[in-house]
Amino acid sequence: MRIALIVLIPFIGAVIPPLAIRAGRNVCTAATAAVTGLALLLLLTDVPAVFSGRVPGLRVDWLPQAGLSFSFFIDGLGLFFAGLILVIGLLIIIYARFYLGRTDSMGRFFCYLLLFQGSMVGIVLSDNILLLVVFWELTSLSSFLLIGYWHHLPASRAGARMALIVTGAGGLALLGGMLLLGHIAGTFELSELLTRGEVVKSSPLYLPTLILILLGAFTKSAQFPFHVWLPHAMAAPTPVSAYLHSATMVKAGVFLLARLWPVLSGTPEWFLIVSATGLVTMVVAAWIALFKDDLKALLAFSTVSHLGLMTMLLGFGTPFGVIAAVFHVLNHATFKAALFMSAGIVDHEAGTRDIRRLGGLRRLMPVTSSLAIVTAASMAGVPLFNGFLSKEMMLEEAAHTVYAGQAWLFPIFATAGALLSAAYSARLVWCVFLGPKRQDYPRHPHDPPLGMWLPVAVLASAVVVIGLMPAIVAGALVERTASAAVGGALPQFHLAIWHGLTPALFMSGFALTGGLALLWAYSSLERLRLALPRPDGMTLFQGSVAGLVRSSRFVLGSLADGGLPRDLAVIVLTTAGLALAGYVQAGPGPLAGTRAALPATIPAVTGWLVLLLACGLIVRHHYDRLAALIIISVIGLVVSLAFLQFSAPDLALTQISVEIVTTILLLLALNLLPRTTPDESSTAGKLGAGALATTVGVGVAALAYAVMTRGTETISDYHIEQSKPAGGGTNVVNVILVDFRGFDTFGEIIVLSIAALTIFALLDSALHGAARRRIRTLRFLPRAGDPHPLLLTVVTRVLLPLSLVVGIYVLLRGHNMPGGGFIAGLIVAIALLMQYMASGYVWAHRRARMDAHAMIGGGVMLAGAAGLASLAFGRPFLTSTFGYFHVPLFGEIELASAMAFDIGVFFTVVGTCILSLATLSRVEERAEQASKQTQVKTGTGAP
Amino acid sequence: MSMEFLMASGIGALTAAGLYLILLRRTFPVVIGLSLLSYAVNVFLFAMGRLTIDLPPIVSSSAAGYTDPLPQALVLTAIVITFGMTALIVVLSLRGFLETGTDHVGRETEAGKPASEAQREVAAR
Repeated sequence: MRIALIVLIPFIGAVIPPLAIRAGRNVCTAATAAVTGLALLLLLTDVPAVFSGRVPGLRVDWLPQAGLSFSFFIDGLGLFFAGLILVIGLLIIIYARFYLGRTDSMGRFFCYLLLFQGSMVGIVLSDNILLLVVFWELTSLSSFLLIGYWHHLPASRAGARMALIVTGAGGLALLGGMLLLGHIAGTFELSELLTRGEVVKSSPLYLPTLILILLGAFTKSAQFPFHVWLPHAMAAPTPVSAYLHSATMVKAGVFLLARLWPVLSGTPEWFLIVSATGLVTMVVAAWIALFKDDLKALLAFSTVSHLGLMTMLLGFGTPFGVIAAVFHVLNHATFKAALFMSAGIVDHEAGTRDIRRLGGLRRLMPVTSSLAIVTAASMAGVPLFNGFLSKEMMLEEAAHTVYAGQAWLFPIFATAGALLSAAYSARLVWCVFLGPKRQDYPRHPHDPPLGMWLPVAVLASAVVVIGLMPAIVAGALVERTASAAVGGALPQFHLAIWHGLTPALFMSGFALTGGLALLWAYSSLERLRLALPRPDGMTLFQGSVAGLVRSSRFVLGSLADGGLPRDLAVIVLTTAGLALAGYVQAGPGPLAGTRAALPATIPAVTGWLVLLLACGLIVRHHYDRLAALIIISVIGLVVSLAFLQFSAPDLALTQISVEIVTTILLLLALNLLPRTTPDESSTAGKLGAGALATTVGVGVAALAYAVMTRGTETISDYHIEQSKPAGGGTNVVNVILVDFRGFDTFGEIIVLSIAALTIFALLDSALHGAARRRIRTLRFLPRAGDPHPLLLTVVTRVLLPLSLVVGIYVLLRGHNMPGGGFIAGLIVAIALLMQYMASGYVWAHRRARMDAHAMIGGGVMLAGAAGLASLAFGRPFLTSTFGYFHVPLFGEIELASAMAFDIGVFFTVVGTCILSLATLSRVEERAEQASKQTQVKTGTGAP
Repeated sequence: MSMEFLMASGIGALTAAGLYLILLRRTFPVVIGLSLLSYAVNVFLFAMGRLTIDLPPIVSSSAAGYTDPLPQALVLTAIVITFGMTALIVVLSLRGFLETGTDHVGRETEAGKPASEAQREVAAR
């Protein structure tokens, strides 16, 4: 549990800074530092265990079916990286307190920073590789927030977006790679996976897996050619650059290579791809860094170069390479974070980070300058500083690496990389801190407050201490980390300054002197660079993004043209295509099954003919909308008769009553809509639509026929058996609705209520604005002399109480005989709607005793309460109970709690119908009044 | 001819007519087409319980057997939901018409033309 807490504490703690900022910036910083400190403390308690060789872990199943579990473990490698992340995080938090300006929202900044920290710790401590990918994506997201922290600056937004797209795409590739890896190894847990390297390497899927995982690692660690995002990420505040883009996040790719080293490395593919990518990145980025005038851009490309160095070392596939890589991770984190923070201080105090405008700061900012010079010396690889040690180990390894039969390739280019690195370090020191004092700094530079340089000093002293006593200070840590990465015993090694007169020493010496020489020849070198092609990453990136947008627009444009017909045609075609593919895949077979067919009867054939005729007529004559409405109600009638014929009395009753309500509704709507549909489709269009519709129709018919003529196994026997004993009713359909599947029904009445309320909202607001003006322009020619004929009015009023009684009867008997809440609700709704139709909205509305909204709300609440009541008796939601009661006069009657539920359904249905149609008729009434008034005014009334 | 054939071809005819209508460029035929499709879908679902005559799922001692009640229960709620859906899209298209003066759902570039057309229709009443 403690391990999970190390990861979770930063996440949970991320809510604190936005709250703590109300108490001031110092409190906010202290609170954030306390969160990180707590996580660090917990991590430190595991140090003795890890150093004694144990691997503390925790595992909780999350989605076991998908291989995803919430599992963590701490071995040497995880401990090393987690420690690095938390210690440097602590320093960065202190530094950021003084770096951020008055107008910067510190709470938000620290919140993002903690989110990032948690994700990062999650990556390095995850045992499950899918969980690792989750945290991996979280670092991309939190880094997006941090790079875009100053979101008012266009450069910040562009940089953040670019970083997100590049690392996010890499994350997707990584996910694919991890899924393949888990599939090959048969486990997603690293602790087991690391022992199955041989299985993975001999798999035919090894190469695709390797490439996908490397894409993830290379994009994150800014390897060539994916390095383009890192320099643009420098638009972030400097603490972010120092933390994410030099010390931690960009090392996630390196971490991953080290983590999966036992599983993936040791093959020719690994060596050829990884070491070459690292080498190219190291040299190219160092070359670019040499010419950067922006302090942060110089450091950014230098970071890319050093990441290339680490990648190359891991790519060698030798244990010594891993040792050197791990050691360089440590050294680079110390000197590069310190340099970034120094750059931030210079920017803060001198008002610019342009190398051409700086110089001579040694006298003005002695403390900062000393710290920066020490760390830059380490970056250059000057002896007695830690950068020298790992760089020499790198050169030593490169010296006897033979790549594709070429023994000269790696030694020469590795030396060139080291040389360039010495050159840009020297340029940085010379142009910023040494040289003559200037008079034209944008501000008056002076050393910053203690809080700002103290974190730099801590790192700089680490640089020196490790540089002087590597074996004592870092030996055990590097040994423990590298052996965890290698997954076995390490060969003998000794971290020392002096190894004798080795080739690496000569290469190192050559690099240092050559670096100084390059600086001396800088101006001619710059001319050379200007003559070479210099592709700009951002332009290339934006060009490819624009290309992607264009091509997706093209695809989208051909699928959807902004109109409904095209959308629907695409959907229908796709669905039909999928169905066809399924059919083809299943192979040919007889259409009809062996189930005994029912012989057709004369009434059935008659109904069928009517249906076919109606379908033909509606396609031919749909232009006359009223005619289409009449035809469709005929079809509804045939459908209800079909239900009645095939043993479904409940469905027949429901269908016929829904039919009536729907027809009334469509009639009302049609009154406000155009009466005809113009014939505007071309003949070709009609033929195309007709062909598509006919094909799909034939397919659906064939499918239905094939299913109906085959036997079936049903789960309904249980429902029929238990209907009476468990549900207390003999109408199985109703018992299913209110009892077995009561929760579904509950959901459905809620959907129905939402539909009704949406209709109300749509129409109630139609009485204002543009819609209201349009209503007023509608003209109604009186069709009948009397809008409310006396005969109709009287008959509907007489029928009302009768219908209500029928409705209640149908409701009450529903549990045992055809009927129930839905049907009863529809019957009562029709009776009430007849009043609106016959006597007008105003008359009916004035006499309505119950508000439709209240009916809907009350119905849903009653149904919910009926379901909740069972909880009171310790039974699950919606369990129904029933009993028999003797009531005088009525005799024995049965009362089931499901009845209350059904009454809830009843009220919801009544309310829904009344609300939708009454609102519609209200709009109608308004329109008609407006029409009458204008007719009276203009004198164009009916004759 | 068997009942199964009548039922299947009826479902096919409803589907074809419904699809043809929803591919048109005005709201009203789309609504009518969706209603036809809903009939087709509901009857199709119902037919998945196979066809039986005179075996309603009402438990009694004299019944010779029962049809499958489960598809019926599903279709019953589906019918009511269909009503809710139809009502919603009718009102949506009505509101759209009142707001914009056109019930055209075709391509955007054609939208300019139907507006005047709608006015003409209104005036013709």
